[in-house]
Amino acid sequence: MKRRTVMMSMATAALLALGAASAQAQDVIRLGAAAPKTGPLAGGADVTHWPAVRLWVHQTNEAGGLQLADGPALIELIEYDDQTNPQQAIQAAQRMATQDRVDFMVAPYSTGLNLAAAPIFSQLGYPQITGSNVTNQQPELSAQFPGMFFVLGRTGGMAEDTAQVLVDLRTAGDIGDRVALVNVADAFGIEMAGISRAVLEENGFEIVYQTSYPLGTQDIAPIIDGARAAEPDAFIAWSYPGDTFALTDQAIVQNFAPKVFFTAVATAFPSYAGRFGAQAEGVMGMGGVNPDDPAFQAFAEAHMDLTGQGPDFWASASTYATLEILGQAIEATGSKDRAVVMAYLQDHANIYDTVLGPIQFDETNNNERYWTVGQWQDGVFRGVAARGRDGVSDIILKDGWD
Amino acid sequence: MSATDVRNLGLAALALGIAALLPLYDTGYILSIATTMAMFTVLATSWALFSGPTHYISLATAAFFGLGTFVTGLGFQTLPFWTLPLIAAGLGAILAALVGMVTLRLSGVYFVIFTLGLAELVRQIVTWVQNRTGQRGMYVLTSITERDIYWQLIGLAAVVFLAGWLIARSRLGFALRIIGNDETVAKHAGINTALAKVLLFMVSGAVAACVGAMLAPRYIYIEPSTAFAPLLSFQVVIMALLGGTGRLWGPLAGVIPFTLLWEFISRNAPNQTLLLLGLAFLLIVYVLPGGFVGLYERVQRRYRMEGR
Amino acid sequence: MFFILITGLLLGGTYALIAMGLNLQYGVARIMNLANGEMLVAGGFAAFWVYTAGQVSPIAALLVVAPVAFGVNWLIYTLMLRPLVRRAKSRGALEVDSILATFGLSFVFVGVMSWLFGGGYFNYSYLAQRVDIFGSSYGQNRVVAFSIASLIAAGLWIWLSYTRAGLRMRAVAVDPDSARLVGIDVPAVSALAFGLGAAVTASGGALISMFFTLDASVGILFTMKALIIVIMGGVGDIRGTIVAALILGIAETFVARVIDPGLTLAAAYVLFLGVLLFRPQGLFGKKPT
Repeated sequence: MKRRTVMMSMATAALLALGAASAQAQDVIRLGAAAPKTGPLAGGADVTHWPAVRLWVHQTNEAGGLQLADGPALIELIEYDDQTNPQQAIQAAQRMATQDRVDFMVAPYSTGLNLAAAPIFSQLGYPQITGSNVTNQQPELSAQFPGMFFVLGRTGGMAEDTAQVLVDLRTAGDIGDRVALVNVADAFGIEMAGISRAVLEENGFEIVYQTSYPLGTQDIAPIIDGARAAEPDAFIAWSYPGDTFALTDQAIVQNFAPKVFFTAVATAFPSYAGRFGAQAEGVMGMGGVNPDDPAFQAFAEAHMDLTGQGPDFWASASTYATLEILGQAIEATGSKDRAVVMAYLQDHANIYDTVLGPIQFDETNNNERYWTVGQWQDGVFRGVAARGRDGVSDIILKDGWD
Repeated sequence: MSATDVRNLGLAALALGIAALLPLYDTGYILSIATTMAMFTVLATSWALFSGPTHYISLATAAFFGLGTFVTGLGFQTLPFWTLPLIAAGLGAILAALVGMVTLRLSGVYFVIFTLGLAELVRQIVTWVQNRTGQRGMYVLTSITERDIYWQLIGLAAVVFLAGWLIARSRLGFALRIIGNDETVAKHAGINTALAKVLLFMVSGAVAACVGAMLAPRYIYIEPSTAFAPLLSFQVVIMALLGGTGRLWGPLAGVIPFTLLWEFISRNAPNQTLLLLGLAFLLIVYVLPGGFVGLYERVQRRYRMEGR
Repeated sequence: MFFILITGLLLGGTYALIAMGLNLQYGVARIMNLANGEMLVAGGFAAFWVYTAGQVSPIAALLVVAPVAFGVNWLIYTLMLRPLVRRAKSRGALEVDSILATFGLSFVFVGVMSWLFGGGYFNYSYLAQRVDIFGSSYGQNRVVAFSIASLIAAGLWIWLSYTRAGLRMRAVAVDPDSARLVGIDVPAVSALAFGLGAAVTASGGALISMFFTLDASVGILFTMKALIIVIMGGVGDIRGTIVAALILGIAETFVARVIDPGLTLAAAYVLFLGVLLFRPQGLFGKKPT
């Protein structure tokens, strides 16, 4: 039955392509994008997702569009608000595919919404190149949804590298064995904390304080107090934006200053440095970039010019990269026929040149070259650990808050 | 069973039969809207079975629904899929019975806020247990398609409508109507009001959990923040009240226009979706007091008066 | 020990700011306002805006935030909600209508805020220095917010207890029908209470924005907390709300520090459900007759 759906959707795609070929005169590629504009994840999407998407469309059109076999085509962007609701994400994907008849779709924002929409992308033959989806299930997911690609990396890699940073620092004699590990109690936090705890314990670290807190908690004083009382050398928090800010705020207030202070999502946001200024120096977080790379510098500048805000130093670039990959696949095939573009993407020999550097998908559609840990240094969030990326900076130890 | 009953049953069966044929016509956009509709129809109708006659507004739907999705998330690899909605329904009924026994003596707004708190409490406990056991986000990867889910929901809708119809004709339904009108009278008439209310609450809890179990494969990624999202409870209440709870078909009359309206606004105003939805709510509250059932009854009354 | 008590009190002060306004709105004006949290976020937005645009302190911003919130909500009550009150046949019918209407209103508020200001997070740094009390450090902004919360609470309580207007308000809270009989203009008092409640909530938002990261969609979290505190404390009695807020604050902090932060919210709900089971009218509520 599954084969039939795939064949049917390929047939549909071919028919659509035929229809599109006759209407080629306008030379437009319709690109659909549904992501949160309201709801719990709107805050993150507003920093990471929407500006990157609009920037790519803007720049591509400025440059005259994408080169198809029979001339250039401009991008027409169609936006929807999925209200951070999986139900709406599913419906929006359907709507874009079958009502707006978009040629391609931008992958949704966040792991949950990407997975909810995945069957629709898959059934209708749309490539789903995800830039804000961290998971460890690439083999299972790409087997079920062969058109799903992963640019941001694996959760395992992130958690392991974070632990590895501590191992390296200890080897260098900079820190001791004591680690405080906290996490936000949702799927992301639980998974990350689980992996990093295992790696740390394997390496003989002592977890002196470990706890979780409910999603949405910003009254974090007791947690910082508890962590401080345990006198750790390193503090690792798998946190979300609101609590990332609150944890840092409380750590400053209570003068809790371990040599390693790590908070997860939103540490890489420009507003983090905006909020804490010089006190952010030495704070570590997920992601990172190579800020000395001219490609990233150009991206950051254009981002600022168009949207009035800087990119975050993590998933902004990978979201942008997903569209670069799509654009390059379209230009390489010279076609907006999804089946052709999909075949190109699924050919794992192809390499894409992106703001993140070259990207090549492995046999599970995964990008195995990504930044894992970053650190604020002189007002810039530098990547200090990475898988297969150049320009990794040296780690500095956090030297108090004041 | 009177002739009208037979006719109504026949019409209902026909309508459900037609609804069940939909996937043969379209398996894309329309089906995905229809699946949403079917989901809310079942939830709102079962909600109204309890809340309609008793006037208790329950915001616990998300608790039962979330429970159901977790049953599927935890069990789909080890158990045959068809057992999961049944297990979920059983657990939902048990949870509803426990809650019902202790809370249904609360009245009015206290019950409303209690159920809201309950959903949050269940979510917190589930999250905590997940965290304690190091259990990660669950990926429900199955070969179940949207069409299968839709058919399951239609089947469940048939069961719910039939149950509602039977309850209304039973001693239980009679008792509930008296309770709704005046609980003191009901007590004096020797009706075990607590038992009647708990039984009905169990029905709506079981159904909501069952829906959750059926829908888990649609969401694929199961995490507490989406499975127990409180918005769902509010949506169900709004849709049921918009339709009107006085009749069995009332919630359905709310769900259909509401889902279409939601889709229409999402589609045409991507940047002001919530703003316009909110305005639409307000308009409905002011223009349609008593929901569509209220409107229908007003029209019917006028028609009858003119007929005389 | 002192740490738990003081942190708990500070948190309780925050909760009081979240919930006092709703108590006035629900207790006196009989409107279960589900848009309460959005009003709070709007107050926070205003404070953020004046602080980042003009370096005006959020505390000074209260002088603008409170009257504007009062005016807007007085209008909302008079134009939108009074017709619902008038047409409601019973308290239950009004509850259903006001849940629906204010739920719609909350969507409108979220929609307007995200349309005007975008959906992003906003926060700023104001009084983020530490202050030492009994050997532990606390954020100055939290201490300031707590102090102002105390002032607002004391002011409200004195006003309700010792002025004629306050007396009228309490009379309406106890029984609108009897209040009408003794010549109180119930609709006017209700509109006043609704506006005043919103002014308190928006002021709370302005204060909370000093240490909370807010975004346009976060209001529902505050609404749920406020509902629980108001019901737990007892509807229509400002003291109940304050006591319930402080109890919750201290209990949550205790659980977070001594047992497990993962259980703070669970503990809060258990406490709330327990109060409701054994004292359904709330801590300070009068038994319904």
